[in-house]
Amino acid sequence: MKILVCVKQVPDMESRFKVNREGVWYDELDLAYKMNEYDEFALEQAVRVKEQLGNTADITVLSLGPDRVVEAIKKGLAMGGDRGVHIKDDHPWQKDPWQVASVIAGFTRGKNFDLIFTGLQSMDRGSAQVGVLLAELLGVACATTLVAFELKDDVVTSRRELEGGMCAVLKFKLPAVVTCQLGLNIPRYPTLPNIMKARQKELLVFPVTDFLVEESLVVTERMYPPEKKGHGLVLEGDVNEIADKLVGVLKEKTTVLT
Amino acid sequence: MRALLVCEYRQGKLLESTYELLAFADLLAAEKVMLLVGSEVAASKLGGRVYLADAGVYGEYNPDLHKRLILDTVQKEHFNYIVFVHSSFGWDLAPRVAAALKVAQVSEITGVQDGKFEVPSCNSKLRRLVKPTTAQAVLTIQAGAFSPQDQVNATPQFEHISMQVSTPLVEFIGYEAAEKKEVDLAKAEVIVSAGRGIGKKENVATIAALAGALSGELGATRPVVDSGWVEHTRQVGSSGQTVSPKLYVACGISGAIQHIAGMKRSGFIVAINKDRDAPIGEVADVLVVADVMQFVPALLARLKK
Repeated sequence: MKILVCVKQVPDMESRFKVNREGVWYDELDLAYKMNEYDEFALEQAVRVKEQLGNTADITVLSLGPDRVVEAIKKGLAMGGDRGVHIKDDHPWQKDPWQVASVIAGFTRGKNFDLIFTGLQSMDRGSAQVGVLLAELLGVACATTLVAFELKDDVVTSRRELEGGMCAVLKFKLPAVVTCQLGLNIPRYPTLPNIMKARQKELLVFPVTDFLVEESLVVTERMYPPEKKGHGLVLEGDVNEIADKLVGVLKEKTTVLT
Repeated sequence: MRALLVCEYRQGKLLESTYELLAFADLLAAEKVMLLVGSEVAASKLGGRVYLADAGVYGEYNPDLHKRLILDTVQKEHFNYIVFVHSSFGWDLAPRVAAALKVAQVSEITGVQDGKFEVPSCNSKLRRLVKPTTAQAVLTIQAGAFSPQDQVNATPQFEHISMQVSTPLVEFIGYEAAEKKEVDLAKAEVIVSAGRGIGKKENVATIAALAGALSGELGATRPVVDSGWVEHTRQVGSSGQTVSPKLYVACGISGAIQHIAGMKRSGFIVAINKDRDAPIGEVADVLVVADVMQFVPALLARLKK
């Protein structure tokens, strides 16, 4: 069983973001990066499939981006991936989802992956497109937003999350691409021995130009912080003083403190 | 300009979000044509032209079948835009259509400016203005971003569509409730919710104490539920419960769009967060900029007096 897990490295969403000089993306300086949270669930599920199949499965962890994304790949290897693939691109944000999907499709050509896992969406761009586009380019089954995954004899039974506390139960045959929702499983923490082992694992590096054949279909004209509505009252300072103020506001504006 | 609005239908009902598609099309000043895999009864309140495929034949949502029905329809006339709501239905189906047509897709649109589209980035801390480079484009609109149009009392004109059904790649087996609702947050007058900013599971007790002091219920965000700190039945947001209490207190909640969708209709919203720029501030009536685990005990002490 050949498994591919596509992961993205994104900034910590708690960061304070600034728009870059060109005004079309955020300034990457002074940001702490981590693996896109949705992709951690994708990795964990891949490793669980491998454990289920008695280690006959082989997991490739792929990421596209500048040198820093090797950290995310290494985390994937420490969680249980067998080999890393770094598609090197110093300006990944200039590629739209269609280009990213076609680059990954280009890499997979001739490699016959049975199962491709990725996150439902990235936390920075959040288009929720790449996984589905990849499946369409490869002409294989695709299920998104999974919160349960079970593999038996090349058939997957899964639950995809809908709105309002509902799920749809789906069944499909491999090969397939699946996108993972938060809560699909509990991603493991890489242990120190596994982090050490990951350093010895194979890491293949390709320039993005090896696989880039498509033009961008969507261009970003401008990036900016949202307009502050500014209606809200902001309370700041000593916690005891602002607690008093808040009690005053609640008494005045609501009926809950009577 | 003409837009094909792909309506969402589940278990015999047209979803209310369809009316947001109509409002969005009006904003674009586009001629509206709808596509529904459903029934005439479900679509009876839609005005205008509706391409209708019978859900009795094609069943509940199936990506392969729905994709082919859409592709057949876009052969019949030219559409500048093919529009979905950015829901579990829209984000699953839209990229399949975009890939098949090899046209641009813009996801989760929150606004329109001169034919360009505004979309959120980085947990809504930033916005991007983007433009498709193809003559036709697939669009998904953020749920709740466009106020639904009033239902019109026009009679829809149906054009029935059909196709050969072959075995789809993905088979729909059935629906399941995610979990039984034991706590009906919809009835609560006060909800105090915990987000990841509370730091650790042990701190949930403090947030629950605040809920108790305000005679309210404890709520939680998805990450807090996924971490097992609070049970799923208390999850507020698009994948949990949608609530509108008189008072909503968001403790250490940054304000992911899925959470905001579930609580923004609350009467009065207090957000406690050390990050002044957290998106929750956008919907809060009062933003308390403080460490939640320092502020809540101070507030509790006052409420007990």
